[in-house]
Amino acid sequence: MSETAITISNLVKRFDDVVAVDGLDLEIKWGELFGLLGPNGAGKTTTLNILNTLLEMTEGSASVGGYDVVEDADKVRELIGVCPQEPSYYGFLSGRENIELFGDLHGVPKDVLDERIDDLIRKIGLEDHINRRAKEYSGGMIRRVSTLMALVHDPKVALLDEPTVAMDPVSRRAVWDFIRELKDNGMAIILTTHYMEEAEVLCDRVGIIDEGRLIALGSPKELMDKYEAEDLEEVFIKLTGKKLTEGV
Amino acid sequence: MKTRTVMALVKKNLKGTTREPAALFLVILFPLLTTVAFGLAFGGMDSGGTSEFTIGVVNMDSGPYDSVWAESFVGNLTEVNGTIVTHYDDNTTGQDDLLNGNLDALVVIPEGFSESCDSYWQTPGDSGSWINSTVELYVDSGSMIAGGAIPPLVQQVLLNTLFGEQSMSLELPIEIGSPSSVVVSDMTQWDFMAPGMFAFAGVFLIMTVSQTLGVERETGLLGRMATTPVTSSEYMVSQTLSNMILALAQVAVIFTSSILIGYQPDTSLAGLVFAFGIVSLFALTSVGLGLITAVLSKSPDVATGIAFIFIMPQMFFGTFMPLGALSESIGKFMPSGYVTHALTTLFLRGAPITTFSVWMDLLILAVTGIVVLVVGIVLFKKRGIK
Repeated sequence: MSETAITISNLVKRFDDVVAVDGLDLEIKWGELFGLLGPNGAGKTTTLNILNTLLEMTEGSASVGGYDVVEDADKVRELIGVCPQEPSYYGFLSGRENIELFGDLHGVPKDVLDERIDDLIRKIGLEDHINRRAKEYSGGMIRRVSTLMALVHDPKVALLDEPTVAMDPVSRRAVWDFIRELKDNGMAIILTTHYMEEAEVLCDRVGIIDEGRLIALGSPKELMDKYEAEDLEEVFIKLTGKKLTEGV
Repeated sequence: MKTRTVMALVKKNLKGTTREPAALFLVILFPLLTTVAFGLAFGGMDSGGTSEFTIGVVNMDSGPYDSVWAESFVGNLTEVNGTIVTHYDDNTTGQDDLLNGNLDALVVIPEGFSESCDSYWQTPGDSGSWINSTVELYVDSGSMIAGGAIPPLVQQVLLNTLFGEQSMSLELPIEIGSPSSVVVSDMTQWDFMAPGMFAFAGVFLIMTVSQTLGVERETGLLGRMATTPVTSSEYMVSQTLSNMILALAQVAVIFTSSILIGYQPDTSLAGLVFAFGIVSLFALTSVGLGLITAVLSKSPDVATGIAFIFIMPQMFFGTFMPLGALSESIGKFMPSGYVTHALTTLFLRGAPITTFSVWMDLLILAVTGIVVLVVGIVLFKKRGIK
């Protein structure tokens, strides 16, 4: 296993004339929870989609667990767990069946899978609803199921694209505790979020990205100290003159 | 290829079919309802039993001759088995009843009918001295059976009236042998249509596959699955297997419902097993065409429309629709036509499964299915996921 969980070097992604990611360099360690912050269209999701092998970069390179995301895409897919921004799930399956399906797709042994699902459901507070059809779930419930679909196989690297959007405060806290536990178990996590409080509470380091470029990198405290700001929102405003959450 | 992955996806697909009302309707209930509806509608046609025709008669024969010929004609018509003769005083009332569906046909005997018949018998060999007249016959244009059966019946009654028994025993240089070995067929129109029903149901799998893939793509599920270790081959095999299972379920549903409404295929258990086999091979073609449809469609709704480009020709030229010479030629290019041909040979003609032509049908379907499926998979892998 490589020393760093994720390595991104001079990553560029263009869609015709639009530059979505512009020369991004990053290294994320095992057991690190990294927050990728930025307004809509900053390039966060594009970066995650390159790391999860859905998109190919225009220039540069990226590797997960030492495997190149283009050349060794199959190996990368075995290491990662992906929670997409728009939760995709089978409405005709129950929450449990959705999670079980993704466990099967990742080859989790059957006896381990059943026990793990029970454990995950309890941790994320879905015990009472897990056998209902997913199409009947609220937005917050389906986000939680979607998160478990991404993590049921206990991946080495988790790529979580705004996993707590539309959740009530209690559910969000439960997910935070769950993510912290994953990190403590050595999982490398990239988390994109619009919630500054979430980034400040959870993340070891954050990268602030704007118009595809990384404009600040460090722990939340380091950045707030460096830019003499009270929170990360203020850091972003000082760096770009824009609000981080505009358009959300 | 990981068996567990494929089986998990097959299980998911089958749950999707049984739990989504629209999918369940299209795959199982639609073939069931169509079979029952068509079976009941066409099960009584051409069954060898006697059809009953109500024929209206307007007798306008009068004049210097008494109308004995006209009365004889009406009497003969009344004596024909299966006819009910109703008399009308005028043409208008008769036409009105015909238009309202109360009559199968209306016969108008003209004014000089008897005079005309007499003129024939006075000089049978001199057509120049005959007094010609025309019996008008109007047949219910809404009835296919009446249109086919009544004109020759009336013609025969007219001949009987003019020539009596002579018309049936004219001396001819050729004799027709006794038809003692010919059994009167008790087949119905439904017996001819039923083999096509199996292909008919299978054709609609094109729509099911394209809609399923369209929904999975639109909701991001295909993209999400592409970030897991699931390979394209595993995904495609699961789709193919799921739809083959559905095709087999369709065969079972159609076969059982057909039997329940009186269909009696002239085949053995081996023939039935062959039917399951050939229909599941046909499912390969439908899955392939479904994949191609999904590639061509930007959304599940568009897929529904585009699917009909593949469904309609196969339905009209390869299932139970009436075949003419041209449509039979076109049908040779339709995979569904080979299913119908093979099942007609087995179920209707009663051929054993060792018959060469049914194995040729199977071979053609297998080759077509594999080619179409491979093309579908290649196109879908290139352009279908995103």
